[in-house]
Amino acid sequence: MKLKEIAHSRTGDKGEISNISLIAYKKEDYALLKEKITSNKVKEYFSEICKGEVTRYELDEIGALNFVLDKTLGGGVTRSLALDKHGKSLGMALLEMEIEVD
Amino acid sequence: MRTIRIGSGAGYAGDRIEPAVELMEKGNLNYIIFECLAERTIALGQKEKLKDATKGYNSFLEYRMNHILPLLKDNNIKVITNMGAANVKAAADKTLEIANQLGVKGIKIAYVTGDDISDNLDFYADYKVLETGYQLKEMKANIMSANAYMGCEGITEALKNGADVVITGRVSDPALVIGALVYEFGWDADKDADKMGQAVLAGHLLECAGQVTGGYYADPGYKEVPNLDRLGYPLVEIDASGAFVLSKVEGSGGIITTDTCKEQMIYEIHNPKAYLTPDAIADFSKVKFTQEGNDRVRVENATSHGKPKELKVSIGYEDCYIGEGEISYGGANCLSRARLAEDVVRKRLNLIGAKLEEYRCDYIGYNSLYRDKLSTLPNGETNSEIRLRISGRTKDEWNAAQIANEVEALYTNGPAGGGGVVKRVEQIVSVCSIFVARKDVTATVHYLEVE
Repeated sequence: MKLKEIAHSRTGDKGEISNISLIAYKKEDYALLKEKITSNKVKEYFSEICKGEVTRYELDEIGALNFVLDKTLGGGVTRSLALDKHGKSLGMALLEMEIEVD
Repeated sequence: MRTIRIGSGAGYAGDRIEPAVELMEKGNLNYIIFECLAERTIALGQKEKLKDATKGYNSFLEYRMNHILPLLKDNNIKVITNMGAANVKAAADKTLEIANQLGVKGIKIAYVTGDDISDNLDFYADYKVLETGYQLKEMKANIMSANAYMGCEGITEALKNGADVVITGRVSDPALVIGALVYEFGWDADKDADKMGQAVLAGHLLECAGQVTGGYYADPGYKEVPNLDRLGYPLVEIDASGAFVLSKVEGSGGIITTDTCKEQMIYEIHNPKAYLTPDAIADFSKVKFTQEGNDRVRVENATSHGKPKELKVSIGYEDCYIGEGEISYGGANCLSRARLAEDVVRKRLNLIGAKLEEYRCDYIGYNSLYRDKLSTLPNGETNSEIRLRISGRTKDEWNAAQIANEVEALYTNGPAGGGGVVKRVEQIVSVCSIFVARKDVTATVHYLEVE
């Protein structure tokens, strides 16, 4: 199953750091996100794009994770050579991630 | 309990005006904020100001004020905006001029200065720059601007003194909302931790305008948004308890759900327990959203952990140049020709001795060359076109121009059938930051009156 079936996402930027939220549509799916989508998994998934550490923050009350990806925006929003300098499209890539459900 | 209604009329420098007008006419507002200052805007404004001392504020200020000012008195609304950018005084002077032209009478315009600390930079010469790790003095020759992110104190003072329009330069985005709330309810970060947390959250949810009412949200088949072209902008209804409801004008486009609110709350924050703003270190970790009705979400349980001891200063500097060029290849084998083209450009840049700090190439494409019918090749291949984009960062303009020119030269010197070249060379202004003691920055409020 793709993450997109159970979660939605929005991406923000600050300098060279991208933050990608992963929000469960249904509260009951949050535990699965929390169990499966670790910071290491996200770092590996974006290995071609994210050159720094990934920190995961948990928002249990609303059933959401916030991934903060350091060194991801090509040296910073102003000087990045990428077309999408803000990395605004990254969240949609995260939602393509396959997860195994028992 | 008295309820204050604050609307958001802009989420970025060039945002639309109709949703703001709709809010002012139909939103029964007490305040409307216009957040118009991206990170680099002040540095670019500073450059304009150097050329023309009456410029350097938001380029949409005249356009917006012409629409806003006639609506203030009839609807009893106060305006709070950071459209002053690098020249707050000139923005206020221009606003006064427009009010006079329109015959709008009896309004008080306040402008807040103090964020521009560029004259004091020698004092911080040894400070370490957050992004680069260099000492500030090593960058001195390239610095264009230095502005502290101020809190809400100037805005609150202006409102206490009866201002109808408050224009600032660099303040934190949520401060535009917090300033009104502190004026109305007298909240204090040290005594009212929960209420100030809610105030920061209200500001944070409003500051990007349409992004909480269904903008930046729609995904056909997954997340539907009605009438996205008529997107309404948000307002909060907040009382002295700090709890608030987020809503929009009835009949406007867009959607407000707990999901749009969740996406926007996490947008551009890192640690949800410590969202740093000059007015309070907010904690959104326990926030609760409740759908109260159609396009109405109740927001509660934010808190805060005091004020930060330091303020962030955003420093604009002339950083580098970027040169880029694009060219399209179509038909079978287009990717191979695009790759050959890239290989040629890379070797040419090497051959002519162009000096690049960084190099990148992208392969883009869907149906721009052959429209739809011919964009699926008879062999079933859907990649019927590739747009090659080559870009590079350089220290000077000449080297950046070589990248753009070598892509253009592919027309006659590259693989077969290349078309649609565009090229661009741009000087890049970047921003970096230092942190300074709070006491080093003082807001001063000035007033202009339209009799």
